[in-house]
Amino acid sequence: MISSLRARKVRSTRDSVLGVLLLVLLLFPVYWMVNLSVQSSGSNLASGLFPTEIHLDGYRAAIADQSANLVTSLVVSILSVILTLVIAIPAAYALAQFRLPGLNLILLVLAVTQMIPGIVIANSLYSSYNDLGLLNTMLGLVLADASHSIPFAILLIRTAMQAVPVAVLEAARLDGAGLFRSFRSIAVPLARNGIITASLFSFLFTWSDFLFALTLTTTDDLRPVTLGIYTYLGADQTDWSAVMATSVLASLPAIVLLLVAQRYIAAGASGGAVK
Amino acid sequence: MTSVTTPTAQTVRRRPAREGRAPGRRRVSRERVYQWLFIAPALLYVVLFFAYPVVKNVVMGFQDYTTASFYTGEAPFVGFANYVTIFSDPTFWPSVTNTFVFTIGSIVGQFTLGLAIAVFFRRRFPLSTILRSLLLLPWLLPVIVSTALWRSLMDQDSGAINVVLKGLGIIDTGIPWLASPSIALLSVIIVNVWVGIPFNVAILYGGLQDIPEELYEAAAVDGASPWRTFWSVTWPLLRPTVTVVILLCVIYTLRSIDIILGLTRGGPANSTQTLPTASYFQSFQQFQFGLGAATSNVLIIIAFVFALLYLRASRRSLTD
Repeated sequence: MISSLRARKVRSTRDSVLGVLLLVLLLFPVYWMVNLSVQSSGSNLASGLFPTEIHLDGYRAAIADQSANLVTSLVVSILSVILTLVIAIPAAYALAQFRLPGLNLILLVLAVTQMIPGIVIANSLYSSYNDLGLLNTMLGLVLADASHSIPFAILLIRTAMQAVPVAVLEAARLDGAGLFRSFRSIAVPLARNGIITASLFSFLFTWSDFLFALTLTTTDDLRPVTLGIYTYLGADQTDWSAVMATSVLASLPAIVLLLVAQRYIAAGASGGAVK
Repeated sequence: MTSVTTPTAQTVRRRPAREGRAPGRRRVSRERVYQWLFIAPALLYVVLFFAYPVVKNVVMGFQDYTTASFYTGEAPFVGFANYVTIFSDPTFWPSVTNTFVFTIGSIVGQFTLGLAIAVFFRRRFPLSTILRSLLLLPWLLPVIVSTALWRSLMDQDSGAINVVLKGLGIIDTGIPWLASPSIALLSVIIVNVWVGIPFNVAILYGGLQDIPEELYEAAAVDGASPWRTFWSVTWPLLRPTVTVVILLCVIYTLRSIDIILGLTRGGPANSTQTLPTASYFQSFQQFQFGLGAATSNVLIIIAFVFALLYLRASRRSLTD
């Protein structure tokens, strides 16, 4: 008995060590990005396993070149989250709680939209945007970027809204609460976790967007940071410390959210299969 | 917890309607209108940003649509001329092959490694929850960031991979990971496997959670080896999840474009050109929007086949 307990303990310790090694191996490229970002500037990539001294040249260059782009990414991402929530929350509520004709069809369409190749949408939007004067505009980017997140958010929040007990909504209606009130004061607060998860992913989807940034902006006036990195990479001489410093800055939302909102991120990863 | 959002089957178990306790036809119909108002913005968005672009892209595939069209407003219909042009382009069929090699290679790598890691994490050991969450990081990073950091790792002269391989005495001269037409596609696949592993782990781990613990206990009582347990218990019960995750990954890999543009821009010598990247170059570099539309319409047809398979599989996996 005691020996089997000990064997189990040995095994779980061994598994933990293996798990840590696996993580170190898989996240090594991310560590390397941080390591290279604090090297002295230039096209040299050679570096020790650990930085011997911290150079901030890369960050200086990144901030000089990319701070406007980072702000653009931030604003577009926040606006895209707002647009996504405004459209997705009521739709999710309707799909979860009302009996509407064609509901199955709507759900099917939402699932299919997530499978349409982005280049198809970009190709068509470019000419429409050109006609409407939406190229190189914040509004144009926000509207297009929301296509990454709206169907995903609707399906995710709908699952959360389905968990809202019918009895609670019934009781509210009996007390005289209207359709909008029971939606606002009961369903939305109860679906809070799903809404938070959907918001975080909407933010990350837009923050990561590259294709719409690449195709729907044509001037330097409005460029998200993903496009800034792409431009860096296309230069004849790559200044690696600047590229890596910008990459670190562009990775911050993902890293921070993974650390502080782990519960929601994990729920989104397993709850809404998309990306 | 279900692992994948599969709306089609969930509606089967939808709860009964509860609108209109108090009858009165007028009240019900007014309420109906309000109900539609909840979903109207979403429907409008779907029409404008999904349905319309797809239809427009199909139409553009039959038009001579170039930059001139933007000024003149004219894009004459040319029948199948765009398709004749792209099919007779010597780079078209290689890009079709590349699309499939890239997709199959990525899926095989992501899935086998993802499954192995998911099975490993099923054992639940100290730190397993936190390690499993941190593992999601490569999937959450902007893909363009991942391409930047892998370009540094795969640099021929001073990239970390070649430095390590040289240090270990495995190679004498640096491998041109992204610079050689014969290796570049493999390198792109390796990076895409790295990006896709976390997603596979997350979904497969979710599927593993649904397998009853008693089955494993029974297998242990029977003295089954881990290998035998995997093939007799885990694999058969995980099959529905496996089908869904593979089809989803196929659909997302077929259309992926950031990773190739970031790493190689389709080069060297078109060796990593796929249908999405070819379409991008036709539309946004050569400004031949009609050709770009035709190329991406081929992609739509391929994606559509897999989308149908996915919808069928996800419905079956939940109703089983």
